[in-house]
Amino acid sequence: MKKRLSWRGFSAYRLWAQLPHLEVSQLPDVIMFGAGIALFYAVVTVGHSWFGPFTPSVEISRSLWALPAYAGYSLLRITIAYALSLGFTLVYGYVAAYNPRAERFMIPLLDVLQSIPVLSFLPGVMLAMVALFPGRQLGVELGAILLIFTGQVWNMAFSFYASLKSIPKDMREAATIYRFSWWQRFTQMELPFSAIGLVWNSMMSVAGGWFALMVCEMFVLGSRDFRLPGLGSYLQTAASAGDTTSILWGIATMVAVIVLLDQFVWRPVIAWAEKFKVETVESTDAPRSWVLNLVQRSSGLASIRQKTLRPLGERLLLHFARKSTEERPAEVAAPWRDWLLRALAVLTLAGIGYGVVRAAIILSGLQKVELHETALGLGATFLRVNLALLIGALWTIPAGVAIGFNPRLARIAQPLAQIAASVPATALLPVILLLLIRIGGGLGLASIVVLLLGTQWYVLFNVIAGAMAIPTDLKECCSVFQIRGIQRWKRLILPGIFPYLVTGLVTASGGAWNASIVAEYFHFKGQIYTTTGLGATISQATDSGDFHLLLAATMMMAATVVTVNRLVWRKLYGLAETRFRLET
Amino acid sequence: MSEPIVEARAIEKSYPQPDGTRIQVVGLTDFSIEPGKIIALLGASGCGKSTLLRILSGLSQPSSGAIFWHGKPLGGESPNVAIVFQSFALFPWLTVLENVEAPLEARGVAAVERRKRALRTLDTVGLDGFETAYPKELSGGMKQRVGFARALVVEPEVLFMDEPFSALDVLTAENLRGELLELWLNKKMPTSAIFIVTHNIEEAVILADRIVVLGRNPARIRSDFNVKLSQPRDRKSGRFVELVDYIYKVMTEPDVEHALPDPESTGEIVMPPGGLKRTESPIRTSKYQILPHARVGGIAGLVELLHDRGGREDLFRLSEELVMDVEDLLPILEACQLLGFAWLKEGDVQLSRQGVRFADGDIQARKVLFREAALEHVTILKQIDSILKRKSDHSINDEFFHDILDEHFSEEEVQRQFDTAMNWGRYAEIFDYDRESGRLVQTEVVQAETVQTEPAPAEHTVENQNSTPTPKA
Repeated sequence: MKKRLSWRGFSAYRLWAQLPHLEVSQLPDVIMFGAGIALFYAVVTVGHSWFGPFTPSVEISRSLWALPAYAGYSLLRITIAYALSLGFTLVYGYVAAYNPRAERFMIPLLDVLQSIPVLSFLPGVMLAMVALFPGRQLGVELGAILLIFTGQVWNMAFSFYASLKSIPKDMREAATIYRFSWWQRFTQMELPFSAIGLVWNSMMSVAGGWFALMVCEMFVLGSRDFRLPGLGSYLQTAASAGDTTSILWGIATMVAVIVLLDQFVWRPVIAWAEKFKVETVESTDAPRSWVLNLVQRSSGLASIRQKTLRPLGERLLLHFARKSTEERPAEVAAPWRDWLLRALAVLTLAGIGYGVVRAAIILSGLQKVELHETALGLGATFLRVNLALLIGALWTIPAGVAIGFNPRLARIAQPLAQIAASVPATALLPVILLLLIRIGGGLGLASIVVLLLGTQWYVLFNVIAGAMAIPTDLKECCSVFQIRGIQRWKRLILPGIFPYLVTGLVTASGGAWNASIVAEYFHFKGQIYTTTGLGATISQATDSGDFHLLLAATMMMAATVVTVNRLVWRKLYGLAETRFRLET
Repeated sequence: MSEPIVEARAIEKSYPQPDGTRIQVVGLTDFSIEPGKIIALLGASGCGKSTLLRILSGLSQPSSGAIFWHGKPLGGESPNVAIVFQSFALFPWLTVLENVEAPLEARGVAAVERRKRALRTLDTVGLDGFETAYPKELSGGMKQRVGFARALVVEPEVLFMDEPFSALDVLTAENLRGELLELWLNKKMPTSAIFIVTHNIEEAVILADRIVVLGRNPARIRSDFNVKLSQPRDRKSGRFVELVDYIYKVMTEPDVEHALPDPESTGEIVMPPGGLKRTESPIRTSKYQILPHARVGGIAGLVELLHDRGGREDLFRLSEELVMDVEDLLPILEACQLLGFAWLKEGDVQLSRQGVRFADGDIQARKVLFREAALEHVTILKQIDSILKRKSDHSINDEFFHDILDEHFSEEEVQRQFDTAMNWGRYAEIFDYDRESGRLVQTEVVQAETVQTEPAPAEHTVENQNSTPTPKA
């Protein structure tokens, strides 16, 4: 298959014409080879920087030329953090799904951890890491990576756990009756079954990673000032200096990186994951990706795969198969294992108890004023978050329904909204602030705008999806009975999109609480802008190294988020699943 | 008789209930699978036949008793068996070939040998050419062929099949059944016995050398006989029809003992009908009245049909004409019997006087008749009615009835019993049920209110969706 036409008018075509011996199928190989060299160069550079001596406050350059390297560093951090998250997800999800006793503790724990904002982990993680690797840049780097990890991992773990729990009984029985080894079960059943959920959650997590990046590449901890070269610190530095050009360039770079990631990573992965869909018939418009086609067509990569991965996979498969046929399930309960478990349980309980007592002591040391202030902040942030949700819902519901009911509009609007959504709102904060200060609004207003920018997209996407899912016959029924206007919204549209709306609002609400930390407290032109709020309290406490206050505020936020989830969202989910489900 | 491959001695299966008691699903049973036979296990839905299959194949453990494999108790080592599932249970992300290779991979067979055996088996079931296809590209029949190939590739000693043709359309099922039989009769199957669970009586009589009919609550063997008809069997032959009729009778009239039509030529009793240990097990079995899972619409439909036929019809002919399996027909018949609309006799179903009146009535009259019948014969509806009448606010939470049912049934069964009771009770206008608040309210009280509100057109849309209508605020 020769696609000569597509190269015409592009200078590569001339190169192509001069190299008649180069086969079409080799072009992907050449590109892949180039990619390999680039990767190697990057590894060397990073190694040089990371294992170099500790430079606590790297001067962050605002030069345009520094941007590609910074973007590279940031991307690397996100990638490593993502790899860690994936590893953690697999282990945590697996244990929670298969050990009923552990499950009872692990799933509520996940709920709580999910509601703790990234910044609250910052002081502890950073100090521990710096202490672990004194005199090396590695410590701060690892700290930043761990923080990004805490922003990414929870929803992935939950998705994997939920997937494992929903594997059909028949499929499990087939694996048992055909004596699948542990490894075969994992690679041929459990991992493929969870693949699609994991991919979508990975996308969300990495988007969340950009947000965490803004926070943890550059921060003050008590008297110490930490800076890491990266896109986040670049934007922060530019914002502090009020350098609009640099801010815009920084944002442009970030958008470029996000678009590239989308094209080169997520599209191919989504297209590839299509084969893991558990469906009985083939869907007509499956997602495609030109990068995936390129990779799959590369004969060089295919032969590498044939020589390395295939035999390795085969060896592993047979190794575990033989091991599992050899081993006789020794049903003799070893008493020492029982004792070990008991001891472990007692130790864990003791650890938890100690933690609770310490936390209580710290909290009792708090001043009444501080508590009062925190409570006030909680109220302010609560109102702000919900106001942002309300405003978001007010415009996204009509807009989303309009888009969803009109397929042509949907085709144009959806990709645009997707790009808009993947830009972290925090990166835009400086621009918004500049604007608002010019027209005279303070951070109180700006923070709501930031929350809105960060969260409304989830609602919009879900509303679009919901509107598209409303069956045509119901719509036709409405027009036959002349149900119009408010009546149509009440009877058809709102009930129809309700389950989707709830999903969108839940995600948005969680995101908004997390974003409040950045939105309510901001360094700008050497000045600190702040407004009353729990997020501001947490940021302030981190800045000044006031751990007592940090702990108190964090606990308050986590408790609020968990309580709201239990009392409001879970109920609404229940309603969505029973009363508002459109059965097919 | 040759040495059995699998033997179940005094097995029994029960599940613990939240309140500490146990619900028995498989009653005390002895059972064996001999080589060289296709054994069919027949029973209505939910009677525990799948559970029995899973116990025999070693997938799940009996609560008491033991399974012997060639005389040795089934312990750590898993026996060489395979299962063909009703839902196929293929891995959608593996190609046809990979799906068939997977069990060999699990046994540590090397790649070359694996491929050879998988290809050979695919060839046997007629799937050559489809090796690289994914299951979703295949039709249901082709998928089940993959299921067969995957089972046969391990050369199982006993091939277990759990309703393998139920998910297929009639023609495809017929075709696949024929091919299976052909492979078996020509000794092309690398397996020495087949154990097939089904609810299709004809399927069993076509295929099996031995048929076992299970009764339910808990599952126990009601009849067990060898089929002496020679292969290929003719569906139209008198003996075939007689045998089918006999099984119908056994399944539809659980309390009557029937004799095989012609013990000389058609069948040979392995175990007499109802002749298994009748010892009362120490574990409580359900004594509460069980509602058959039939909807009012189905009941009314059957009564009308019978009325059109002059009030009496042969069961077998009825099911053939309706293209309904016994599995689907049986609960409706039971419901008609329970309500006193019809009774069964000698494989025929006969409409009662009440049934005739019901068939003749208009919508309102039917409701009244149904209500009378329900309040007379259905325990739980009687209970609900009397409680609602006695309570001052004429309403009660559904939790109460869940609790009553919980004592007698397993969790799933409770839900089904409850749903059926709600369906009947709402139709009979004994009560109104608001699923969201979980409250049952006596109908007369509500009726006065609902009559005034004119039905909004929008509610039609909701009703079309077959969900609970949105109550007006």
